[in-house]
Amino acid sequence: MKVLMFGWEFPPHISGGLGTACFGITTALATKNVNITFVIPKLTSTPTNASCHLIGAENIIPMNEKVIKSQIKHISKYIEVPSILTPYLNDVTYKERIEQETKESVFSFSGNYGGNLMEEVVRYSAVGKKLGAKKDFDIIHAHDWMTFLAGIEAKKASGKKLIVHVHSTEYDRSGNNPQQDIFNIEQLGMETADTVITVSERMKNLLNTKYGISNEKIHVVYNAVTKDDLSAIEPLWQFKKRPDEKFVTFLGRITMQKGPEYFIDACKIVADKLPNVRFIMAGSGDMAKKMILKMASLDLTSRFHFTGFLKPLEREHLFNLSDLYIMPSVSEPFGITPLEAIKHNVPVIVSHQSGIAEILEHAKKVDFWNVQELSSAMIDILTNDKVTRQMVENNRKCLDQIDWKHVADHIISIYHM
Amino acid sequence: MKTSVCFYFQVHQPYRIKPDYSFFDMGMNRSFVDDKTNCEIINKVANQCYLPTNNILLELIKKYPSQIKICFSLSGIVIEQMKTHAPEALDSFQKLAHTGCVEFLAETYYHSLSSIFSHEEFSNQVMEHKKIIQNTFGQIPTIFRNTELIYSDLIAQHVHELGLKGIMIDGIDRVLKWRSPNFLYSPAKYPELFLILKNYRLSDDLAFRYPVVLKNHNRLLLDKLKQLALKGSEVIGLFMDYETFGEHHWKESGIIDYLKNLIESIVQSSTLSLASPSDVINCYQSHGALSIPDAISWADTERDLSAWYGNPMQNSATELLYSLEKAVKATHNFDLIRSWKLLTSSDHSYYTCLKNYSDGAVHNYFSPFNSPHEAFVAYSNAINFIKYNLSPN
Repeated sequence: MKVLMFGWEFPPHISGGLGTACFGITTALATKNVNITFVIPKLTSTPTNASCHLIGAENIIPMNEKVIKSQIKHISKYIEVPSILTPYLNDVTYKERIEQETKESVFSFSGNYGGNLMEEVVRYSAVGKKLGAKKDFDIIHAHDWMTFLAGIEAKKASGKKLIVHVHSTEYDRSGNNPQQDIFNIEQLGMETADTVITVSERMKNLLNTKYGISNEKIHVVYNAVTKDDLSAIEPLWQFKKRPDEKFVTFLGRITMQKGPEYFIDACKIVADKLPNVRFIMAGSGDMAKKMILKMASLDLTSRFHFTGFLKPLEREHLFNLSDLYIMPSVSEPFGITPLEAIKHNVPVIVSHQSGIAEILEHAKKVDFWNVQELSSAMIDILTNDKVTRQMVENNRKCLDQIDWKHVADHIISIYHM
Repeated sequence: MKTSVCFYFQVHQPYRIKPDYSFFDMGMNRSFVDDKTNCEIINKVANQCYLPTNNILLELIKKYPSQIKICFSLSGIVIEQMKTHAPEALDSFQKLAHTGCVEFLAETYYHSLSSIFSHEEFSNQVMEHKKIIQNTFGQIPTIFRNTELIYSDLIAQHVHELGLKGIMIDGIDRVLKWRSPNFLYSPAKYPELFLILKNYRLSDDLAFRYPVVLKNHNRLLLDKLKQLALKGSEVIGLFMDYETFGEHHWKESGIIDYLKNLIESIVQSSTLSLASPSDVINCYQSHGALSIPDAISWADTERDLSAWYGNPMQNSATELLYSLEKAVKATHNFDLIRSWKLLTSSDHSYYTCLKNYSDGAVHNYFSPFNSPHEAFVAYSNAINFIKYNLSPN
């Protein structure tokens, strides 16, 4: 089977769950002999004298086709399209990003990119038209709204089946305050698609109630986590953690969607009761400054650390150090990071408002707004070793059932429907 | 008697913290001091300001022996950094000291806010500073200048206890009310102590507004000084950062030559003369008592403590730092105590200031960080490094 896939960033340049999920899905599919042409928006450091050019009505889209690095060698073709699209952009962050790129870049971007996010998404869709016309694939698979128009164009040009894969919606990202034009593209994508895949029952329900997509069309495929060997990185690590000291970690984008303020409020309660606990907030995002001020206002400065955005290896280090991982997301379609924590034998607390809560039978679950309950659960886990050990063990068993290979099987069965 | 013009130049560079000093660095016991940047900056400032401006002053002293009087305050840590990274700059300050025309002031060794947060540490740092000035320049300082001219009645008491004779302060309107800044005053409780005031209008004309106000009006500042002399002023304090000359304003702006011409004109004037702080407290009487219960400073529009202490980040970091003092000292661990003292430099909380508009621009100019929040994160990680080393491994 040949798949034309519109996806997102690959390691080592991963800014969040969407890239991680795309990478897991694609590599697992590739090992099952699915032949994938993988298309991503990417800023390249070289001028855009690419190997092929697409001339659209008003657009000239250069593309770089190349053979893939060893880790994703099963993918037959890998196409980079110069674009400043990245996951989680909105109108404001797009503008900031284009300003930053224009400033830092050695060559001029002017004219090559859309003046606003919508223009850029429409410009990007021309890639779909061009690749769709080649018709050398059996199915089109597009991940999240920014690639949906490209998927639709490819479907129009080829007449092949389109699957849209919804990892998050505008409702999750905006906190029930969706931007209309983004909503429209999401809805159009799902309506035009032959099949919709999403990452949790929670999401299926949301796609049905908010976007009016019929339940029969929607398939839930839970994400998984890559189970690499972690032993190699341990010796490099010389963090001198004090005996009896425990670290509680938040790791994710510091945005409204992730509920960072509930984490800090709960930490304040825990800090007042348990002296030997340190709190770490890892990640970056538009609420980072506000959270730093909030932490200082609560006078947690001697116990609370902001690390900024972490590289993959640093993430592993942090999980190794952690005694408890908290994901208090306000709206989390799935949430892969708790699985990473479990992989490191770290107990987790997740919000009921996350997709992962549906499959983590033994994790502690709280409502994101319930800071009292969250802090009590934190104290329980930090002070009761026996219960915590049992929890880690049970989570571990649960993790054994979760594998990208199963995810790939499930997706292939959907391809064949 | 001629009106005395008292030049005082502040020379200070902090040991900056690595801008990306992280939680992991803390846990791996890595030093927070940004040696590379500190070395680069002290060299840059030495070449652009200290060396050329000192040379001009040395020439003037040669030309007008006994008529040139200038006063400097060098923090202990700028002396250390020159010793390590820019010995020729320190050498030229020592040459100035040998002329006998230059007075060196007392201050806190680490350019700290200890006068506000720890009486004990304040005394320690002033004594430590006195020692380095004596060893480096062969003078025992008798006039005090606190970090950024922070001053209050309580600080007067501490300075009095240390046996010093005078204090440099900013001549702020809300404190002076109807009084003129161009006379000596005394703290309400200590009539034997002298307060020497900064004439902030004329000082800031030179330090901040040089390109706009003075650059194309060669005699403007001199004329203003002469007018004040005619009105019977006794002491006019021109206090500013020494880096004004060649660093804040580049050499190409002509500011170093402007200073040279100004000093020469004052020396040649029939109504003005140069005087050191020690000269003026010997020549003039106090014109009355000043009571200043709330701390003032020469920083920002507010001229209070808000440049360093006021927003939640500054408050919690500063309070955490000083809460560790006793425990740090009890370790008798030289390195740890030294690290703690380096973090008392006021610059670290200055970078964490959230003010906007023109004051914010000044804070940003000095800051090695992208934002006050980043400055806070690195600073608090560094403070936590100290705290972490207090608990057993």
